[in-house]
Amino acid sequence: MANAADAHHDEHDHHMPGFFTRWFCSTNHKDIGTLYIIVSFIAAIVGGAMSWYIRLELAEPGIQYIDDFQFYNVLVTAHGFLMVFFVVMPAMIGGFGNWFVPLMIGAPDMAFPRMNNISFWLLAAGLVLLVLSTIIGDGPGTGWTVYPPLASADFHPGPSVDFGILALHLAGASSILGAINFIVTIFNMRAPGMTIHRMPLFVWAILITAFLLLLALPVLAGALTMLLTDRNFGTAFFIPGEGGDPVLWQHLFWFFGHPEVYIIIIPAFGIISEVVSTFSKKPVFGYLGMAYAMSAIGVVGFVVWAHHMFTIGFTADTRAYFTAATMVIAVPTGVKIFSWLATMWGGSIKFEVPMLYAFGFIFLFVVGGVTGITLANSSADVVFHDTYFVVAHFHYVMAIAAVLAMFSGYFYWVGKMIGRQYPRGLAKLQFWVFFIGVNVTFFPQHFSGFAGMPRRIPDYPAPYEGWNYVSSVGALITAIGTLLFFIVVWRTFSGPKVADNEWGEGATTLEWTIASPAPWHTHEVMPDMTGKAPAE
Amino acid sequence: MASSESNHPYHMVSPSKWPFVGSLAGMTMAIGGIYYMQGGSLAGFLAGTALMLYVMYGWWRDVINEAESGTDHTPTVKHGLRVGMVLFITSEVMFFFAFFWAFFDATIPAISSTAHDVWPPAGVVPFAAFGIPFLNTLILLTSGATVTLAHHYMMHGERQKCAYWLFWTVLLGATFTGFQAYEYVHATFGFKDGIYSSTFYLATGFHGFHVLVGTIFLVVCYFRAKKGHFTADTHIGFEAAAWYWHFVDVVWLFLFVCIYWWGGSGYVPAT
Repeated sequence: MANAADAHHDEHDHHMPGFFTRWFCSTNHKDIGTLYIIVSFIAAIVGGAMSWYIRLELAEPGIQYIDDFQFYNVLVTAHGFLMVFFVVMPAMIGGFGNWFVPLMIGAPDMAFPRMNNISFWLLAAGLVLLVLSTIIGDGPGTGWTVYPPLASADFHPGPSVDFGILALHLAGASSILGAINFIVTIFNMRAPGMTIHRMPLFVWAILITAFLLLLALPVLAGALTMLLTDRNFGTAFFIPGEGGDPVLWQHLFWFFGHPEVYIIIIPAFGIISEVVSTFSKKPVFGYLGMAYAMSAIGVVGFVVWAHHMFTIGFTADTRAYFTAATMVIAVPTGVKIFSWLATMWGGSIKFEVPMLYAFGFIFLFVVGGVTGITLANSSADVVFHDTYFVVAHFHYVMAIAAVLAMFSGYFYWVGKMIGRQYPRGLAKLQFWVFFIGVNVTFFPQHFSGFAGMPRRIPDYPAPYEGWNYVSSVGALITAIGTLLFFIVVWRTFSGPKVADNEWGEGATTLEWTIASPAPWHTHEVMPDMTGKAPAE
Repeated sequence: MASSESNHPYHMVSPSKWPFVGSLAGMTMAIGGIYYMQGGSLAGFLAGTALMLYVMYGWWRDVINEAESGTDHTPTVKHGLRVGMVLFITSEVMFFFAFFWAFFDATIPAISSTAHDVWPPAGVVPFAAFGIPFLNTLILLTSGATVTLAHHYMMHGERQKCAYWLFWTVLLGATFTGFQAYEYVHATFGFKDGIYSSTFYLATGFHGFHVLVGTIFLVVCYFRAKKGHFTADTHIGFEAAAWYWHFVDVVWLFLFVCIYWWGGSGYVPAT
């Protein structure tokens, strides 16, 4: 970061504040975005290390390393929490969103720069609480879904689950404030002439994501509050013996949780749209269709939550509805996939690293989407529920797809952020190692799941051995790919300087009209976008 | 700070310690709260709360100073502040959505296999909806009218009359809170007495907390109106307070109809 600061303070005469003021009291969208990316990076190392430890344990039947099964459950839980709330969301929304939404709409900063900073620091506080939750007491062995009665005081006495609950409260408050900030920024601060229907698709994606955050997270906050009072103050919301209902938690959690997975993947859609368009040297095919497909996914995402709970004993009618509603999502999702393909069709495609990652994203997302259709069928889901098939599905469609989109966005924008060229050859090698690694890890899990291998379990019968071993080898390859990424990042800081628009004429959005690295203040003179075509 | 060349209408906020200190306060409240829930002292939580109140005071003082500077809050910035408040209230609505869901999950067998066939559950003596709860409904509705009257006078630049009607709004709000407190003290069911108590106390309790926040917000507006912070066409703090107050009012109407009235209608007195 120091490089970024040094590189451009000479060309801009705004007095740069001192270290503490700049990084702890910031009201600058780029600095806050950078902080988000750093936190995401740290959390990714911890969350990734946990997943490799899990795969080490699962490489063979029997107990290898983890003889404390509660600890195994804590690993699974913390891996989920970290990756969802402290890696993907901070990187895509807090990091890239903060950096590039103002740049892309021609705004000098976010609408509420001070509130932007408390969004970041509340997230950091949440991360501290989450780490404390795993090291104080027995840790939360509940899974990221925190279902009672497992999460109740009877089965998780001690403070660990309370730390987890309050970590999510803080992260949730952070996200709600961030969502308000993004919506107001996008509604209120677009450059003259940039109508809603001319915004870049990444800005569309962040706008829709912000609405999902705004409407979904308070419901989680309510549910977490009930769980907290159940555990500590004698209420009975989820306690059957006192008239409560554990299934209520599942409803509330998934009413939040299903929009949450779109909160993770819609910014990825935005990044992929920018990248595919830039490296095909064509505007995105069906710009408005793409924008409203994302909107439709966001809206429908609020009425499908119970497909996560098909096994609780719904009536046939309820299951039929949630199956049908879930399948409807395939329509706007198909619009997106085919529009990306149509964007590439006839384009002048350049296989730069961001584009490779975009290809990787589309492949993973399609595989995960297809298994999603499988799982949407309640009759099939009753069989697949809680097997590795589900683990394979959501890692493909949401987790790894989102990570590939993060890499795509990183390589697309790193030149704009720090003004340096990443080592191209090494980055391409890193892509192939990582891409092969994640597929070797997760594709065999479809087979183990088909065969009935259960989730969240440190040991398994010998017949599941083969594919689990392959999966663990895949995790090792992925780990090598991750280490290569560290080297790529490290070498980027000493790489050659990049041009202001390093991607050439395919890159049409406003961030490519400013210097690289982006000066501390940008767009102080509003760009005039009157009469310009949609940015994609 | 915007340079001399800038032509944008936005407010470039100076660096501020409040966000960082505020999140430290939030973390202290969380850790102190857990310490208390584990049977320890409440001191940590209270210290965090005190720090949080200090941050809120300082942060909002800065915002008011910026508003009073006359240059920072351009019409565009004001529009953004209004939209931001509407979005915040939207998120608050979704927070109450969760508690209403919990209530209906316990009361409507059609949506939950564990819902109670008899509500209130046997042994619970609910409040008579058309006693104090209905009086409170009238009080809140009246306060909605007085705050609108205050707004009307503000828009005509009559700030003393605005303050006068704000005073009555605050008084009505405080009366409401007083009646709620009276009700809690005289309830026949305790906080820990099962699912009826859980849904009742958390839904009405969080509403009561929001009434308290709204009242404080209105008190601040009362003093700001007196001081002349508001003008006929710019009084965003007042608008936000009034919107918040109406939101609190609407939540109460749903609480009254669902939890007090409908939720108490199944009560059969023991003979």
